[in-house]
Amino acid sequence: MSLILLIEQVLNGLQFGIMLFLMAAGLTLIFGVMGLINLAHGSLYMIGAFCAAAVAAATGSFLLGLIGALAGAAIAGALVELVVIRRLYTKDHLDQVLATFALILIFSEGTRWIFGSFPLFLNVPEFLSGPVTLPGGIEYPLYRLTLIAVGLAVAIGLWLLISRTRLGVQIRAGENDREMIAALGIDIARLYTIVFALGAALAGLAGALVGAIQSVQVGMGEPVLILAFVVIVIGGIGSIKGALVGAILVGLTDTLGGIFLPEFLKLFLDPSTATSIGSSLASMAIYILMAAVLILRPAGLFGARA
Amino acid sequence: MKFVTLAAAAALAIGLSSANAEPVKVGMITTLSGGGAGLGIDARDGFMLAVKQAGNKDLEVIVEDDQRKPDVAVQLADKMIQSDKVDVLTGIIWSNLAMAVVPSVTAQGKFYLSPNAGPSALAGKGCNPNYFSVAYQNDNLHEAAGAYAKEAGFKKTFILAPNYPAGKDSLTGFKRYYRGELAGEIYTKLGQTDYAAELAQIRASGADSVFFFLPGGMGISFLKQYADSGIDLPVVGPAFSFDQGILQAVGDAALGVKNTSQWSKDIDNDANKAFVESFKAEYGRLPSLYAAQGFDTANLLLSAMAKADVTDADAFRAALEAADFPSVRGKFSFGPNHHPIQDIYVREVIKEGDVYTNKIVGTALSDHGDAYSDECSM
Repeated sequence: MSLILLIEQVLNGLQFGIMLFLMAAGLTLIFGVMGLINLAHGSLYMIGAFCAAAVAAATGSFLLGLIGALAGAAIAGALVELVVIRRLYTKDHLDQVLATFALILIFSEGTRWIFGSFPLFLNVPEFLSGPVTLPGGIEYPLYRLTLIAVGLAVAIGLWLLISRTRLGVQIRAGENDREMIAALGIDIARLYTIVFALGAALAGLAGALVGAIQSVQVGMGEPVLILAFVVIVIGGIGSIKGALVGAILVGLTDTLGGIFLPEFLKLFLDPSTATSIGSSLASMAIYILMAAVLILRPAGLFGARA
Repeated sequence: MKFVTLAAAAALAIGLSSANAEPVKVGMITTLSGGGAGLGIDARDGFMLAVKQAGNKDLEVIVEDDQRKPDVAVQLADKMIQSDKVDVLTGIIWSNLAMAVVPSVTAQGKFYLSPNAGPSALAGKGCNPNYFSVAYQNDNLHEAAGAYAKEAGFKKTFILAPNYPAGKDSLTGFKRYYRGELAGEIYTKLGQTDYAAELAQIRASGADSVFFFLPGGMGISFLKQYADSGIDLPVVGPAFSFDQGILQAVGDAALGVKNTSQWSKDIDNDANKAFVESFKAEYGRLPSLYAAQGFDTANLLLSAMAKADVTDADAFRAALEAADFPSVRGKFSFGPNHHPIQDIYVREVIKEGDVYTNKIVGTALSDHGDAYSDECSM
């Protein structure tokens, strides 16, 4: 196992974590501000990818595709909030889970109805394709480096939005005391719609960015959704900082676990068994991490509420 | 007066013929919704195209969606057998669903014709006289990829497949015919979509070629990321990641890749040409491997119906065993365990105009059966 391979794998884990962060940030924001468990967050991720693929195919421009993804997911998010979610704030979590699960089914079959059941084409744009050579002779795909940069930029942007703007003040206030900020004359319904659309746009952006190197197909959001939930549980529900740290932890654990556990087991077992057992163990690694974090800190790493 | 007599005679003849041939009821359980729906829809469309072309009034088909869930498939099979009283079942795409449904179907004396899944457990000790795999035994295409790798002179191949039974069958099948050494052997997670870590390992391993079995969306992701990683090694795999339905989503990244299949749209025989033309005319897209398998399954069934009555199970089984139908694959017969003996081709991904598709560049294995037929006693 060379140092170059190790660094490359750390970069892979970082990139995976950053993409998870985009998903988890919206999820944790929505939960933190509205107290809503949104299972349909994965569908918004899928909508972003499909919008990007459709716009990119129509215009030939990946950047327009990205804008299409942001707009499409934000509009879908706002509509869902106005039509369905709005009725769920006063209900308990079970009703929210049932309603948003129904939304997953509606979005999945609706997408199939519009786009058909075959995966769509969305590729890395020409100017970002291919590998670049990093210092130390590491060859690494330029697109993945760009993903890391975009994700970090979004993280900084979110931090500025929450800590430096009027909207950010309202969001933080909304997390702490809904009734009070409503009493102070802030239109809480409008705030909720904006936050939901913002979370949806982040999910849509992640879907479009990841869709270019994976496959744009119905049902692509659900596996990511599960990981995003793991991330926000580890990071502490409602905390953006927690989502960032949790996402990077999960990304690194998943990637490095998948590499080193089989290698480690090869020291004692024959290669075939080692890879088979090692990859099974690696799939469990992030859940073991989650369990460990919950034992030590039941509210998550940065969770305010117990 | 003459006219009336004629009409009466005709009516009598119609009455006689419908009393003669026992109608056959087919239950098709396949995946029509969710992530893997493209495969089931193609198999169904191929099957229904053959049914439509035959125009046989004695054949009735009921189609239901299994949602790729074994429990749903089992419920549908029970319902079809008990309340719809079907004679023949077919349609299942996924091996884990086939394992859940097929043994109980054959135990109840019904016929099962598999248009895709061919798990090793049903080819060896678990074989059954009423079970026919019309597509292949699961290992076949991987064995052919191993044979091709040997032929092409690969010395150090890196192999990977998902960590589930069909993935393990895949690597076993490849190694059965491959003779070089392995640069590495990885089981990925089922449903994994990011292969950055595996690609880094391939790069570091000093491999001279790559074999992978990653069906559906997993294959799309892998190929796109492979093309973007700058690794420039020859790739070979079974047809599942290079099929008509998903090639358009992979794009240029798949061009030139060799893959193994028992069918291709350019196999040169009349049945295949007519099939490709009529499928395009009927559905407005090119047929896939699964469509071809569905089409052959329906024609096998129709050929047996022409020879024997489904109520006479022994005669009907013998008629199925004869496989007396014009397969779109050309040569086709059943081995002793009711799995195909057929040629498996090497195809290359090409671009025809705007459409990505495959063309045959060679034959990997001729008259190929499977490794489990010796274990089957029936």
